[in-house]
Formats: sequence, structure tokens, C-alpha cells
Amino acid sequence: MSTLALKPVRRHPAVPRAKRMLGRALIYAALLFWTFICLFPIYWTVTTSFKSAVDVTQAHLIPWVDFQPDWKGWRSLGLSPDTLFGTSTARAEFTSRFVNSIITSVGASLLALILGSLAAYGLSRFRYKFAWMRNDDILFFFMSQLILPPVVLALPFLVLYKALALLDTRFGLILLYTLSVLPIVIWIMRDQFNAIPIELDEAAFVDGLSTWGAFLRIILPLAVPGMVAAFILSLVLCWNEYFFAALLTSTDAKTLPVIVASQTGSQGINWWSMAALSTAAIAPLVLVGIFLERYIVSGLTTGAGK
Amino acid sequence: MQNSAPVTDDLHHQPAVARAPARRKTVGRALVALASLGFLLVLLVQILHTTGATAAGFSDWRPILIAYLIWAVAFAIAQVLIRGERGQRALFLLPAVFFTIAVVIFPTIFGIYIASLDWNLSSVEGPRFSGFDNLVGMFNDTYYWNALGNMCFYAVAVLGEYAIAFGLALLLSAEIRARKFFRIVFLLPMMLSPVAVSWMIGKSLLEFRFGPAATLARYLGWENPAFFASPWMARLSIQAMDAWVSIPFIMIILLAGLQAMPREVQEAAKVDGANGWQSFRHVTFPIMLPVSITVLIIRIIFKLKLADIVINVTAGGPGGATDTVSSFIYRVYRDRSNVGYGTALAMVYLALIIVLLTLLLRLSKRWTQKVI
Repeated sequence: MSTLALKPVRRHPAVPRAKRMLGRALIYAALLFWTFICLFPIYWTVTTSFKSAVDVTQAHLIPWVDFQPDWKGWRSLGLSPDTLFGTSTARAEFTSRFVNSIITSVGASLLALILGSLAAYGLSRFRYKFAWMRNDDILFFFMSQLILPPVVLALPFLVLYKALALLDTRFGLILLYTLSVLPIVIWIMRDQFNAIPIELDEAAFVDGLSTWGAFLRIILPLAVPGMVAAFILSLVLCWNEYFFAALLTSTDAKTLPVIVASQTGSQGINWWSMAALSTAAIAPLVLVGIFLERYIVSGLTTGAGK
Repeated sequence: MQNSAPVTDDLHHQPAVARAPARRKTVGRALVALASLGFLLVLLVQILHTTGATAAGFSDWRPILIAYLIWAVAFAIAQVLIRGERGQRALFLLPAVFFTIAVVIFPTIFGIYIASLDWNLSSVEGPRFSGFDNLVGMFNDTYYWNALGNMCFYAVAVLGEYAIAFGLALLLSAEIRARKFFRIVFLLPMMLSPVAVSWMIGKSLLEFRFGPAATLARYLGWENPAFFASPWMARLSIQAMDAWVSIPFIMIILLAGLQAMPREVQEAAKVDGANGWQSFRHVTFPIMLPVSITVLIIRIIFKLKLADIVINVTAGGPGGATDTVSSFIYRVYRDRSNVGYGTALAMVYLALIIVLLTLLLRLSKRWTQKVI
């Protein structure tokens, strides 16, 4: 998205200087206001994980000035410095959920990437005819699954998974998450493959590669940026998924959002540990957002922005 | 999967190679027949076992899944054997198609069947066919209609999100310093899980007694800042949270649209003496219309799935004022374990969505060439 940093257009000189200054001040005020809106909830959550009960109820905001930070919230998760090396059931629980989240989201994203890239390449290079369906119809068939609300599939899946003994398994979740991100992956990857000139395939055939050889050895390496974007976007969506996880897991395969949600209901609200838990759940994504932002943006703007 | 398009309109110049020899074809057909037979056999054994006709069988239905996989692989191999090069091309599409059939098409059809059952998962009775009873029940279920009404509110509220997002996109495309910083910060809310957001904002920031938002509201003169007590306030609070999470998405796409806009057009407007508002009203906005409509439709599609925040913050309350269809069905299942009724509601909802989106796409076709 290097185009986002285009050179500013020179302003019309007729605008008086004072008015221009005011305009700029307003722009920055608006920007800072929205920055505050975006960051304050995150700031609040992170700081609350270091507060004790009194500090929470008196709405203290600034560490060291208002209140003395303490590892209270993190201790209850077994993640504070003094408890980190001891045994802790809370930490064991947290770690297993964290691992579940990683396995399901990475697994689903990979599976969707494989299935989606293959289909996208096929749709971008060949003409298919399946009964009355041509390429556009097949693409629409895949994309139309985006409109399917999770709730339509949730209960049938509950029944099916019960019969298949897939309830409360990570594999079961992976299948569902794959299906929910597959349309997006196909969309992004088809755009990516369309951008790669067909002459490259032809050159590969001249060199004696088969259809699959050309795809695997020539085209796929060129499509890596799109694949990274699709992968990261899927990862984010799967990591945050709650609805299916809440319905289809009970003990073994629970993911992070499920335990975050389950904590709010029980035993009143344990502010500091909830805050620590929320912080831990969002931390990976905040990092992804900060460091991999351009992949997310490029993934999102594919297709829709054109 | 047939690939019988004539060679000439193929994107590749490479001819769709000579037909495979007859023997390979026979082997391929035999493979498909064999695999299908095996699959049906496993299915039959399991059905007979479940209905109690035979003792032999499997303890669960998982072998059917494996049999389906084996059948799919055999079918794919047979395609290559029978059709040669064309089969190889079909191979790109087949995995996704088989996957989709297994996890979307089949469950949806199965869902339509479940929707006609009276099936309480927690009772021992098991499913009982009830025909259209669920649908009749639905028409008398005021909570469901109430949830549908709420969905209308949430869908219309997308326009508000759009207005704010457009403003932010314009801000980000203005000549500013630290553009990258602002862009990353504005994007962050989208990354967060709605469940974490429900706690961070819904349960903590908007907390009645000492949440900072409530404190601020008291300071500003609102004596009783209960964000989730009155129906409209609760609905707005939920909407605000969802907007917080989803505005970045709209913003990013509008921003990309703004960046792709030819600079000359705006300069021309300036030369013609248009002020900021005029050039927005008559130049920027019309040019952005196709992108806007696309992003609005995508946002509405996602909005219609809204559930996580409602489930976690208000559980639909007060008195169903914030219920979405998804969160309502979730509770129908959680409280009554009634799979049949819940699925029937979901199916009706799906039908409504399809009708609505078809209408929207028809209407919007005048402005955009291609959506989805």
C-alpha cells in the first residue's frame, strides 16, 4: 500500500493562512480524538490487569501516579514473575486454551489457503463447465457462502458432530473455521493469480513443465505476497471466532474467546484477572496489527477496493 | 466436473492433450465405481446398525467421513485417468468443491430436515417428526420477530458506521504527518476479538458504578448513566461497540478507494473554485459511490451475523431489546436444547437474508458493476 503515502497536492494559494492553520488544527484534533477512542479501551484493559480492587472502584487511571501497579491480575493467571516458574492450574488451563486457539486458527488458515489457492488458480486460468455452471457461477457459488450466518450451520453441525464423535475436538473446529474463511481466501488468491501474467505459465509449458509443475514451481512462488495476506487475515478471523467454539466445545478443545466469555458470567467479575485474561487474548492480535498491518490492508482491499 | 469447453477458448494455448488411452479410461471408471460402491456399502452398514437391523457396524459415524474422503480421492484420481490433461485441471477445483459439499451443502440440507423435527437434544426421546409445527411456533414467537426488528435497526445503523468511516478515511488521506501511525491505530479495534471487546468495553468501560465512561457521563451531567437499562440505550450501546470493531474495515476500503481516485479530478474541482464541501459533494462522493455501495453491502452481510457481543454483554436483554437473530437462536438452544426449533428459525432467517441481498444486489447493480 505504498500508494497511501502519495505526495500531498499543493493547496490553492488563495486560502488565507490563518484559515489554513485552523483547518490543520481541526484535522489533527479529529485524528487525536479518534486515536483516543481506539486506544483507550486497550489502555484501560492493560492497566486494569495491574490494579487492585480499590484502584478499580476508584477509577484510577495512570500507573505510578494514581495507583501502584501490582501483578495481581497476572498472578491469578499464574503469569506474573513470581508465579511463572511455580506450578499453577490457572496457567495450565490458560496455556491449553492458548494452544487450542493457535492450533485451530493456524490449522484452519493453512487448510483454507491450500484449498483456496488451488481453486483460485483453477478459476483464474482454466474454463470449467459443471452442469450449467461456468467459472463465474462457480466463483459465485464459493462467494455466496459468505452470506451464510453461522447460526444456520451451528445446530446441524452440533447434531452431525455428535454422530461423528467430533464434538469438542480441535479437528472439528478446524473444519468449520476453514469453511468460514475459504471464500475470502479464494477471493484474495484469485485476484493474486489474475495479476500474474499468463505468459509465465506458457513459458513454463514450453520448458516442458506439466500443468501442476508450472503451478507449483513457477506461479505459486510468485503468489506468496497474496498468500501471506490471505493467511494473516484468516488467522485473525479464526482467532476471534466465538460462536462455533462456544457451541461445539466443552472441555478439551475450548479456545481463548470461550474462556474469556465464560469468566464474565461466573463468580461476579474478578476485574484484575479478567483484564489480564483479555490482555493476553488480544496481545497476539495487537502485535499482528502493528507489525503485519500492510498484509491485512492488502488482503482487505483486494476486490472490494476495486 | 466436466471440462468440455473447446480448446480454442481456453486460456492456455497448450492444447488439452490427446485423449487418454482407452485402457486408462476403463481403469478410471472402474475406480469410481469401486469407490462409490465401497462408500455406499459403509453407509448402508452404518444405517442398518443405527436402526438396529444388524449388530455389525461402527460405534460412531466417523468411518463415513473417512469413506467420503477415500471416495473423493479415488474420484479425483479417476478424473486424471479418464480425462488426462482436463482431469488434471479439474483437480485444482475438486478439493474445494468436495470440501464445500461436505461442510456446507450437506449440513444445510440436513438442517432443512432437522428444521421439521421436534428434537430436544437433552431429552431421551430423540427426534420426532413434527412437520410445520416449528414454523407455526415461529409465527407466534414474539421474541423472534422482535429480534428480526432489531436486525433492521442494526442493519440501518451500518449507514452511521459508514459516515464515520468515510470521515476517518478522508482524514487519513489528507496531508498529515505520522500517517502510518494513525492508520495502524485506527485499524487496531478490528483486530480484537468481539468477546474481549465485550468485556473491555461492555462490562468494564461502560460499567455502571465505576467504569470510566459512566464516570465521564456523570461528570457531563447525566445522573444515571445506565448504558444497558433502557431498551434504546442498550441497543445503541451494543451498536456502538460493534461499530468500534467494524469501522476500521469500512475505513480501510474507503481509504483504498480514495487513494485510487485520480488526483486530476480534485484539482480540476479546485481550479473551478469549488470549496471543500462542494468538491466532496460533487466530485469525491460520486466517484466513491461504487466502492461505498460494495462496502456497505459487505458490511450488512457481516452485520447480519452479529452475535458475539450481544451474547456476552446483555444476553439479549433488557427484555430482548438488544437481541439479534443469532443470539436469540443461541439462547433458544442453550435454554431449551431444542435443535429442531432453533434450526427452523435459522433457516427462515437464511431465506430472508437471501431475499434481502438479492434485492440489494439488484438495486445496486445500477451503481456498481460487480459486487461479490
